[in-house]
Amino acid sequence: MNLGQILHDLLFDYTLRTVAMGSAALGLVSGVLGAFAVLRRQSLLGDAISHAALPGVALAFLLTMSRAPLVLVLGATLSGWLGTLFVITVTRQTRIKQDTALGIVLSVFFGFGMLLLSIIQRMPTASKAGLDKFLFGQAATLMSRDVVTTAALGAAALLVVLLLWKEFKLLSFDPAFMKSVGYPVRRLDILLTTLMVIAIVIGLQTVGVVLMSAMLVAPAAAARQWTDKLGRMVLLSGGFGALVGVLGAVTSAQVGRLPTGPTIVLYVSGIVVVSLLAAPDRGIVAQLRRRRRQRVQFAAEALAIHLLNHEGAPDAAVETAIAHLRQHLQWDESFAERVTRRTITSGLAERSNGHLRLTSYGREVARRAMAR
Amino acid sequence: MSTAQIEIILIASVVAASCALIGTFLVLRKMALMSDAISHAILLGIVVMFFLTRSRASLPMILAATATGVLTVYLVELLVQTRLVKEDAAIGLVFPALFSIGVILISRYAANIHLDIDAVLLGELVFAPFDRLIVAGRDIGPKTLWLGLSVGVINLAFILLFYKELKLATFDPGLAAALGFSPVLIHYALMTLVSVTAVSSFEAVGSILVIALMIGPPAAAYLLTDRLPVMLALGVLLAVVSAVLGYLIAYLVNGSIAGSMATMTGVIFVIVLMVAPQRGLISRWSRQRRQRAQFAAEALLVHLSQHTGQPEFAAECAVTHLTGHFRWSEPFAAQIVRFARQRDWIEESDGCLRLTRAGTRVASQVMVRS
Amino acid sequence: MDRPLALEVRDLTVAYEEKPVLWDVDLEVPEGVLMAIVGPNGAGKSTLIKTVLGLVPSAAGQVRIYGQPYARRRELVGYVPQRGSVDWDFPTNALDVVLMGLYRKIGWIRRPARRERELALESLAKVGMAEYADRQISQLSGGQQQRVFLARALVQDAQVYLMDEPFAGVDATTERAIVALLRELRAAGKTLIVVHHDLQTVSEYFDWLMLLNVRHIASGPVAEVFTADNLRDAYGGRVAFVTPNAGSENGHLSEPQSLLSRGG
Repeated sequence: MNLGQILHDLLFDYTLRTVAMGSAALGLVSGVLGAFAVLRRQSLLGDAISHAALPGVALAFLLTMSRAPLVLVLGATLSGWLGTLFVITVTRQTRIKQDTALGIVLSVFFGFGMLLLSIIQRMPTASKAGLDKFLFGQAATLMSRDVVTTAALGAAALLVVLLLWKEFKLLSFDPAFMKSVGYPVRRLDILLTTLMVIAIVIGLQTVGVVLMSAMLVAPAAAARQWTDKLGRMVLLSGGFGALVGVLGAVTSAQVGRLPTGPTIVLYVSGIVVVSLLAAPDRGIVAQLRRRRRQRVQFAAEALAIHLLNHEGAPDAAVETAIAHLRQHLQWDESFAERVTRRTITSGLAERSNGHLRLTSYGREVARRAMAR
Repeated sequence: MSTAQIEIILIASVVAASCALIGTFLVLRKMALMSDAISHAILLGIVVMFFLTRSRASLPMILAATATGVLTVYLVELLVQTRLVKEDAAIGLVFPALFSIGVILISRYAANIHLDIDAVLLGELVFAPFDRLIVAGRDIGPKTLWLGLSVGVINLAFILLFYKELKLATFDPGLAAALGFSPVLIHYALMTLVSVTAVSSFEAVGSILVIALMIGPPAAAYLLTDRLPVMLALGVLLAVVSAVLGYLIAYLVNGSIAGSMATMTGVIFVIVLMVAPQRGLISRWSRQRRQRAQFAAEALLVHLSQHTGQPEFAAECAVTHLTGHFRWSEPFAAQIVRFARQRDWIEESDGCLRLTRAGTRVASQVMVRS
Repeated sequence: MDRPLALEVRDLTVAYEEKPVLWDVDLEVPEGVLMAIVGPNGAGKSTLIKTVLGLVPSAAGQVRIYGQPYARRRELVGYVPQRGSVDWDFPTNALDVVLMGLYRKIGWIRRPARRERELALESLAKVGMAEYADRQISQLSGGQQQRVFLARALVQDAQVYLMDEPFAGVDATTERAIVALLRELRAAGKTLIVVHHDLQTVSEYFDWLMLLNVRHIASGPVAEVFTADNLRDAYGGRVAFVTPNAGSENGHLSEPQSLLSRGG
């Protein structure tokens, strides 16, 4: 299938359009809320909550025998919250640490959910179909009523973030100070966590329980590398989320036997890798380049000091010979060459028949460097 | 009960014991979620080796999957070292990526081969008894059982041999390093064993139950004891109990065995959480209530002793003053005064509380103690 | 004392897990003093100011700011937390952190406007950080980060400032700048309560002192409180090798206290 065809289908094919819109909405919401989760070091809480949602979905279905999105979402939200409450209680009241509490919630709730699902699968009811897509997500089965639920809940969550923007920012940065100036910090904390639960729950159908946490963590981790401003980070994270949501959903809908969740995760992991490597300033490549430049700069200053020490001394002729520098300072050839070039281009020294001679500026820099 | 059922219970018990042994150290080292990361990520190793060797549960597959597990740990540490992401996010980035590749490979290329996604999460314990280990023409039991036993023995041997080092590296990594045990080496050795255990258990019980067994029983044991050997033993015991009870319940409701076993680890944890002596919630709450009276009475003594001989004593000693200054309710204030008077710590005259000699002594003891 | 009391603490008792951290602490801080809270590690210094701020619940006792409970006088109080209490890799810049001091005044939903920005910039200028307004906070040195926290407290325009170890891990320049700023604030009639851990600088920087070790040991003008007896009370037997200079006025210790253990 070529790109033009896909674009055409995105615009005019009802199913594909529905799938793309739903995935974009959930990607946007989880990207935005994920930014706060990552900044508040709750990345793994997201993992636990999404696993904890599964028994809620199964129970909601067992109790109502309906798979109306709102019912399942409600069940998922409640059990996701129950899991969070468990983690909070256990870590506050006992010696058990957060990682252990998260691990228990994640595996036990999920195991219980799978137990319920296995029972549901043995029931003769016809409408059971579709519950197992909660494991790995199946965007292709998204229907417009799912999209409406997703969009409505997501829009409500985003609106709250917009209205309480500066409060959520302060909550994420310095909750103690926030409390000292009289904000109801606990309630805001509960609210923000609830929004995260909502973001997770609406993503379950598309991405699946197992990989939903990646939709929270990865767009935010990628976005963080490109900017130092919270607003831009949140927007970018939402944008990444929407982008990979659409890409993943469309790919998995077009290519056979490709579960949506893992496809989305691969796309977003690609974005993370590129961001970690190539982001300006923070990125690894930029860091390495900066470090190398600093090393050369430092060596150039060391060279200037060396030249200053031997200036006017009887051994000056030997010590300042460019050919000699490498051996004397124990640098390899290419590095020595780069340093020599840097020394000259930054005006510390001049070349004169195979020797380096300090400029007056170079002398000053060397003296200052020695005084440091 | 059929032989197959007994064998299933045996396999599950062996796997449970093995997971709990090694999981104890994960819980103590605050690395419980490494089991989550490793048990998901090893899928990739399993799948890749499966494509290469076209067989399951072979030695190369175990090696490859173990390597993937260790690779996961390494990648997480590498990410943390760049200081571009925090540790929790690093874990949350690495294993979903590796796991996704595994899942996609399975669904694209292995859909009609004997390896499917449900089995990845939940294992196929029901089929485990059918894969027999034949030695010299004799059937000596299910392969999975022998595999689990071997790994259990390796885990046990490792813990026994390096008990001292493990203990030191867990509770005081700084001292361990100073004494010349490399905490890094111990860390990776432990992570290798976690991977081996996860791989060998994976096929039988699936990744989720591996996590549940590695974390749940040791965490429950941690609430019951302070001593490492006891914690190890209790963890194993609770894990085996979870497995056996889980199987029985799954049998009764005709549901997923692994799901039911994972649920049981949770049920047992919650029971222990409530009723554990000392660290359990119930004993904690009742102790807090008891201590509150003791503590409040001591606070009263300290308060009186601080103000004895001061000009404001007449105001501070009033019974009616307590409700204001300590924000105690009247019944509580009355209870505390009664508590202190019964112990002869204070005496009351004209609505003014005074310390007795015993009370003065208690007050100064209390202040020194803190 | 005819000055009003800026802070009044009565019988304050705080316990973590039923283990007392502060025992029946009384404290009166008159308006316009520059006070250090000093005591060994684990003495409850941070806990005391956190309890005053309502961040830690008290088991008993009262806190009054200018004669009223804290909740009603919140706008009179500014707080400088320990620098290590937040993640400085948070994606924001210095100006934004200072603006956070105004959020409560700005109110719900509304965003900081130009006027608030100007106030924040002024406040940054007062701590000598105006040119760093746009700087990402992780790129600031420890001392600069501390100054940003001070600027955030300044912008609160409070009467009473509570500061948790503002001198911890800062460079000499910042330390001097902070001291100058504290004196300036005192001259403007503000009350400053500072958790401090360096006994050597107590009498140089402060005019008021509280010695704390779970109990209130002593408080009042530095000249009266900073005595060998009181220090021994606060630091226990570990102070045995401190030799107070017999000839020194006000009984303050002129010998450096570098050997003084602050453990426990």
